Amino acid sequence: MMNWTKKDLLGIKDLTKEEILLIFETAESLKEISLREIKKVPTLRGKTIITLFYEPSTRTRTSFEIAAKRLSADTINISASTSSYVKGETLKDTAKNLESMKPAVIVIRHSMPGAPHMLSRIMKSSVVNGGDGAHEHPTQALLDLFTIKEKKGRIDGLRIIIIGDIIHSRVARSNIFALRNFDTEIICSAPPTMIPPHLEELGVRVEYDIDKAIIDADVIMMLRIQKERGGISYIPSVREYSTLYGLKAKHIEKAKNDVIIMHPGPINRGVEITDEVADGPYSVILDQVENGVAIRMAILYLLVGRGT
Amino acid sequence: MKKKTLLDKKAIDRTLTRITHEILEKNEGCDNLCLIGIRTRGVYLAKRIQEKIKEIEEKELPIGILDITMYRDDIFKLKSPAVKKTDISFDINNKIVILIDDVMFTGRTARAAIDALMDIGRPQKIQLGVLVDRGNRELPIHPDFAGILYTTVDAEEEVLVRLKEVDGKDEVIIMKT
Repeated sequence: MMNWTKKDLLGIKDLTKEEILLIFETAESLKEISLREIKKVPTLRGKTIITLFYEPSTRTRTSFEIAAKRLSADTINISASTSSYVKGETLKDTAKNLESMKPAVIVIRHSMPGAPHMLSRIMKSSVVNGGDGAHEHPTQALLDLFTIKEKKGRIDGLRIIIIGDIIHSRVARSNIFALRNFDTEIICSAPPTMIPPHLEELGVRVEYDIDKAIIDADVIMMLRIQKERGGISYIPSVREYSTLYGLKAKHIEKAKNDVIIMHPGPINRGVEITDEVADGPYSVILDQVENGVAIRMAILYLLVGRGT
Repeated sequence: MKKKTLLDKKAIDRTLTRITHEILEKNEGCDNLCLIGIRTRGVYLAKRIQEKIKEIEEKELPIGILDITMYRDDIFKLKSPAVKKTDISFDINNKIVILIDDVMFTGRTARAAIDALMDIGRPQKIQLGVLVDRGNRELPIHPDFAGILYTTVDAEEEVLVRLKEVDGKDEVIIMKT
């Protein structure tokens, strides 16, 4: 098997298919640890992992922290509101100061696209992109594909529909980059204002009518409206959006009968998805969260162990 | 490169038969026993011992697979070694665990395996069985059941266990580069 050599995980776009498959294989082996009574192995003992989040997060930050702790690393969590950011310190200075405390990995989430890339150039520690603006969210795409592979037994040959605020979604972008490594049909559906120009150049088909988009779908990925990036001003009203693009039970009938419904969270119930669908038998939303820990354990293990 | 055969197919089978009898003798039968093979070749040796116990005692022992990668003390000296799955689907609490590996040398793998088991549960006892004991221990750990003792003196010598399930052929050989 191939070795991991990259110092950082900045985006799916930089990964080869082999690297993606190596992350999956590692995650598959590590998933078992979370099912034990004592959910811990000693592998990353004595390593420090910092999460530096300039944007709010529940799942991603907790998931990274749990992943690090299950590998016995020490974790420190910093969020913008409680850091010296509010006193005017620049990202670069914050990062340089944190690096002086010798962390093995820094996980960063920032509203500015490219923030993790900038840090990766000035730091010796590994940098993981935990979401940079509307650019990429690589660990989310990896856990999404891992969940698809687990539920469907394959990724090749599937028809995957992504519905929602595509233009502001780093999840959609990373997922499209990841899926392009496989033989899949990707269809994006959203109001025209939420479809970025030239999206088709990524090998994606655009279908504005959700009823048509959903026909024979194997996987449906729902996205929320990114209010923090101004998503709300791209549509006439939330009520209209929900009527036209909210996923409801009647839609599921048109998809394949073993369709899976995914959502990266947080869900806005009653807007992009009804309770009935989110909590229904086709939903794998909580499996995504469970797999997120295994994927992040795999990434931390591979980055720290890259032969330092 | 010089090659010398230490055990051939028949000799491996005879040795495993003897180890099986020693396991049963020491534990006065196979009540409360379970087998756990250390990846990769320990797994197949454990399976063969399970079959032999079935023939002798007419009882099928639970069998598990242990991957010790995450417990190695040299893990970051090797470049991100591949992690494989640990698969122990039964409760090891209060069981007598027979750990099986192909070769024992420094004792560091056995140490890692014992630590890994302790994180999974609290066995009543852990006993260790290996096909080849190469001596040269670096830790105070010794096998309870050893196939053959071949103490390596020459640092350039390597002992290779080949099993038909992985390598297409059963043999234990010494290679000298």
